Amino acid sequence: MNFDYTEEQQMVRDSIARFVQDDYDWDTRRAIVNSDEGMSRQNWQTFAELGWLSIPFSEADGGFGGNIVDMSVVMEEMGKGLVVEPFFPTVVLFGGVVARAGDEAQRAEILESVIGGETLGAFAYVERQSRFAINDCKTTATANGDGYTLNGEKVVVFNGENADKLVVLARTSGGQFDEDGLSLFLVDADAEGVSKVCYPMMDAQRVANITFDNVQLGAGALLGTEGGALPVVNEVISEALIALASEAVGIMGTLNAKTLEYTKTREQFGVAIGSFQSLQHRMVDTMMAYEQAKSLLFKALCEYKIDPGSAEATIHALKVLIDRNGKLIYGEAIQMHGGMGITDELDIGHYAKRLMMINTTLGDGTFHRSKFIESTYAA
Amino acid sequence: MDIALSAEDLAFRDDVRNFLDTEFDAEMQAHLKSRGSKGMVEWQQKLYAKGWVAPNWPVEHGGTGWTATQKYIWESERSLRGIPDVVPFGLVMVANVIMAFGTDEQKEYFLPRILKSEDWWCQGYSEPGSGSDLASLKTKAERDGDDYIINGAKIWTTYAQHADWIFCLVRTDNSGKKQEGITFILVDMKSEGIKVNPIIGIDNEHNLNEVEFNNVRVPAKNVVGEVGKGWTVAKALLAHERTGIAGVADIKRNMRLIKEAAANEVNGGQRLMDDPGFQQRMADIEVELMALEFTELRTLATMAAGGFPGPESSLLKIKGTELQQATQELRMEIAAYYQGVLPTDMDPEVLGHEFGSDARRAFMYGRAATIYGGSNEVQKNIISKYVLGLE
Repeated sequence: MNFDYTEEQQMVRDSIARFVQDDYDWDTRRAIVNSDEGMSRQNWQTFAELGWLSIPFSEADGGFGGNIVDMSVVMEEMGKGLVVEPFFPTVVLFGGVVARAGDEAQRAEILESVIGGETLGAFAYVERQSRFAINDCKTTATANGDGYTLNGEKVVVFNGENADKLVVLARTSGGQFDEDGLSLFLVDADAEGVSKVCYPMMDAQRVANITFDNVQLGAGALLGTEGGALPVVNEVISEALIALASEAVGIMGTLNAKTLEYTKTREQFGVAIGSFQSLQHRMVDTMMAYEQAKSLLFKALCEYKIDPGSAEATIHALKVLIDRNGKLIYGEAIQMHGGMGITDELDIGHYAKRLMMINTTLGDGTFHRSKFIESTYAA
Repeated sequence: MDIALSAEDLAFRDDVRNFLDTEFDAEMQAHLKSRGSKGMVEWQQKLYAKGWVAPNWPVEHGGTGWTATQKYIWESERSLRGIPDVVPFGLVMVANVIMAFGTDEQKEYFLPRILKSEDWWCQGYSEPGSGSDLASLKTKAERDGDDYIINGAKIWTTYAQHADWIFCLVRTDNSGKKQEGITFILVDMKSEGIKVNPIIGIDNEHNLNEVEFNNVRVPAKNVVGEVGKGWTVAKALLAHERTGIAGVADIKRNMRLIKEAAANEVNGGQRLMDDPGFQQRMADIEVELMALEFTELRTLATMAAGGFPGPESSLLKIKGTELQQATQELRMEIAAYYQGVLPTDMDPEVLGHEFGSDARRAFMYGRAATIYGGSNEVQKNIISKYVLGLE
């Protein structure tokens, strides 16, 4: 039993931390967020050169062959630095689907350019009515002899604004809520019939609502088995939930550290406000909330490493705890920073907003508590 | 980052299962129920015979030398069978103090006796006027030749009625700061001038006591550590107490009992277990518990590697006791009206319910958990000062 990171993992951690410290100070980040694309292509190239984009992909696919812990290290550090470049949508979601569902040719075509930093991707799975139910899918792909015709709309597609290629979840058979009959398709973002409306989110992500109007896809666009997408998507989501939780843990630790530092220096009534017992006990509560979240992340990582399937209940629990403890931590961070805490200028609110988006991504705490109950207490 | 059990660990687990299933037999279980402290001593002596009574002691003193994983396996298997943990006052608390601060003579005399459960120990810290503000204690020890004469009173002393020895914090000097002039001393409960007054608890049981000291004569060689440095000794002990106090394995067992009971209770035709409101209450506890289990494992792993427990260890007592109480509360709710049943010899068949009285007793006694070992509020003061660095 050990909860240590390997030397290699420590090196990756240090390299991301160094990047954040040297090249990602708050003003730089703000300028990137406010730029046309809301991300830095130059940074993305740096990520590729430093090998970060290759981490989860197998060596056969040209990747680093990292495991879930390697991925977690990257996400935690990105969380600490509040990095806006689309690592999660491109590498974890888009790359994750292609790596799992794609055949050799598709993987060769796509993953190499993801790893090299040439292709930005997005996974389009949310619909207006679907909330967190992945199986609730009205977008259709109809076989047309040579391939498929894609019709429908996906909303809040992370990285939808900048993605060159999309993976789209569409229905090839069955009714709106059926678990069978879902299929995955590779679609060029600029293909004929694809149109999008782009907008920024509160956490500075650039997303899009994307409409597919009789988009013609070749047979080679199908990823994996026709009608059998859901199990693969669920695998990707499990890994993505651990990735998000890792990012959240990075953010929570940062919020706590910044808040603690502030209460040691901010003086009122002639003393540092950190000398007040009412604040001290609340900061113990936020410290415990962080340590507990980290512990549950460790449990998820250890179980997932042994067998991803065995981690199911823990991953639901993790999302519940991240949601609950995240709300406590960002709420207290804002409160203890007083008036400054509610300004756009201070970074605290931005960390809080990213944590809020993480909480709602791929199902919020309430949703995952129901899933936890379903997987644990089923009669 | 790895919790996979090795072949050695699996073999060890088989050993543990085998031992517990053989030794914790029906007879032993009956003794524990009917013979109280004597039953417990009997069980601890079985553990001693196997060499497993002190998992946290160093091997040189008769500890097991187990790895963190082995300790975890032991805890899991023990609590799975509903076997109580050893009584901590001797084997955990005073033993650690003697090992760290005691003279060779003290080690040679007391440690083997503790290991064999020959002496029953109790803890003399709190006083009628000193609770959370422990350093304000007034029980006085005055030097008289080779002895100290102790006068004063200790309170909330668990199991003093069974004890052969009490370890006490006493005041040997009044001149300096209140933390100074405190001394850690071992007192034979058979000494003349000691009087034990029972206190009946909120659980209607006699576990707690007041211990009066009237001119009790104690040899000066029973002082552990330096005279006047008892506060340092006590603090070291608290750190030990803190790491062992989460009791995750026992809370897990409570959750299993809750699920069993909730599957048997029916409300308007619906099993309590299937009530969405009840399921959410259970889930909220279990999510925290799953996390706490790994917080405990992180602490174990750090300590096994020779390190000091990190910040994660300081929350074990607070979260552990909160979760203990949360499970006790759920059991009370399952028992519904029967949660109010006082100790009775009445047959559950006649009464109409099985565990209401047990649930009440556990809930009521469980109130103490957030108060003893430094109340949870005091724990938060300690964490904010020593972990967060807030003054």
